[in-house]
Amino acid sequence: MDPTNLASASASSGLFERRPLQFDPALRRNRVNKLLTSVSALFAAIAVLPLVLVLLYVLLQGGRLLSLRLFLELPPAPGLSGGGIGNAVLGTILVTLLATLITVPVGIGGGVYLSEYAGKGWFGQFVGFANDVLAGVPSIISGVFIYGMIVATRLFFGQSYSALAGGVALSVLMLPTVIKTTYEGLKLVPNDLRLGAYGVGASRFVTITRVVIPAALTPISTGVVLAIARAAGETAPLIFTALFSPFWPDGVFNPIATLSVLIFNFAIMPYEAQNELAWAASFVLVVMILIANLLSRWISHVSRS
Amino acid sequence: MTVTPGTGREQLFSRRRRPAGERMLDIVFRQLTLALAAVVAIVLLAIFLTLIQGSHEAIASFGLRFLTTSAWDPVNESYGAFVAIYGTLVSSLLALLIAVPLGVGTALFITEDLIPMQLRELIGLMVELLAAIPSVVLGLWAIFVMEPAIRPVLQLLHAVLGWLPLFSTTPMGPGMAPAILILVVMILPIITAISRDALRQVPVELRQGAYGVGTTRWGAIFAVILPAAISSIIGGVMLALGRAMGETMAVTMIIGNSLNFSFSLLAPGNTIASMLANQFGEADGIQVSALMYAALILMVLTFSVNVLAQWVVRRLSLKY
Repeated sequence: MDPTNLASASASSGLFERRPLQFDPALRRNRVNKLLTSVSALFAAIAVLPLVLVLLYVLLQGGRLLSLRLFLELPPAPGLSGGGIGNAVLGTILVTLLATLITVPVGIGGGVYLSEYAGKGWFGQFVGFANDVLAGVPSIISGVFIYGMIVATRLFFGQSYSALAGGVALSVLMLPTVIKTTYEGLKLVPNDLRLGAYGVGASRFVTITRVVIPAALTPISTGVVLAIARAAGETAPLIFTALFSPFWPDGVFNPIATLSVLIFNFAIMPYEAQNELAWAASFVLVVMILIANLLSRWISHVSRS
Repeated sequence: MTVTPGTGREQLFSRRRRPAGERMLDIVFRQLTLALAAVVAIVLLAIFLTLIQGSHEAIASFGLRFLTTSAWDPVNESYGAFVAIYGTLVSSLLALLIAVPLGVGTALFITEDLIPMQLRELIGLMVELLAAIPSVVLGLWAIFVMEPAIRPVLQLLHAVLGWLPLFSTTPMGPGMAPAILILVVMILPIITAISRDALRQVPVELRQGAYGVGTTRWGAIFAVILPAAISSIIGGVMLALGRAMGETMAVTMIIGNSLNFSFSLLAPGNTIASMLANQFGEADGIQVSALMYAALILMVLTFSVNVLAQWVVRRLSLKY
């Protein structure tokens, strides 16, 4: 309601008229208020509904296929039934691990520079800007980029598609998150800690690595875990970098199966067995990602209390 | 952290005489972190360079015609991305139109003290977890659960409003409309999270002032709280737009990937991202170049939207 309306309404009803001060639910403003509250409640219910429905279906459809065999066997050939998704589980872990190994040193190093050295100069501003833009780059673009950079040029030992290329593509997506959370985490470290370390004679390097970074370990690790969780579910950067393989992982220089690409490939196949494995893979992937998300919340919760 | 040479902290640090090894280590560490920070900027530049380098062949042979023609013919080597560009813009803008009221409404519901604290936290957590569900899993759900469930509704829409070009085809399964709905699900968490943060930062005095002059709760929200938070909300909405334009897997799985143009939202469509996901693996020759050209267009689109979003936030957020 617009305040000028309110003012004119009370003026026209007489300046000296006494009005009761009780809450009157029949007033237009109170009815509108109630209506808008119900509308926002409805919107919140609609917003939560997809999560409930998706989780329900993934847990029911995928959960009933859960067995030890699922993790120990290879997927069946198209049209055949049985088999598991063991290679894809391993592949997802391997590709995500590669991406993490690339991202963590670069991301934490970059965050340290931005927070401890860059100041307000143009370079720091520019890197911060580039980081924000990189965070908004669509994941498929990172796939196309790594395809052009690594796969098409056969950069790694003459192999075109490889697990390593997939890991690099994922690390492009993880990097902005890790840099941002490291930077924000380091900014929260009280300056007195740095001054204290200088005061007892520590060098810049020792201050940062022994005092500042340990003090910010919680936000940094929260950011890293969240970045890992996001990367583990990414598909688009992998479909033409790591590609897919129906076999067990064969080193980092060969194509590799991942859960997300397996879901994509098997969801659109016209075979029941493959569709079922897609649901089972979704179950495993969603459980892995939800655990990582809750873990990151738990880390920040524990250290706060 | 500002460190200007000669002032407090820097002086305290540099006055001390240090052994050469220690000084060396300090310098090396600084240069190392500088190099690591530069990686981000280099990657961003390398993305542009790779896309331009990969697409120059297609740019040379199709030029700007690529944007307005819709031929996608590998046999005659004639390519145009109009269908995909149109699909990207229409799907993301319509998804935004639905997701903005839903997201901002949800954010208001969980910041404005309407329900108990625990319930608010729970709804907030659930919306955040929705953002964590992988796109490909949402796509799987869309194929097997959502699309069959909404098909009767879409068929009714076609039966009643079929005379409009927007609903002129019979819904047959995958299509633009289900893709838009799954995009709504995917960008809703971003809009909600950013709106919630923006609303939380509105100073409490503003609310108290509004209540003090006798407004109702929603009177305060529309006249005071939303205007105070609007710049960050607009920034968040634009980030969501960028995300929607680049969203790939769920859309690819449900949009139908048609290369033919149709006004109808019930017909199969295509977006730049879904076209890339579908064709890149099998393409060769000038088709790769054409796809790189499409990727470059997507990159420029999302880049501009993101830069604009940052500018909006910086420009408008100094009001309060």
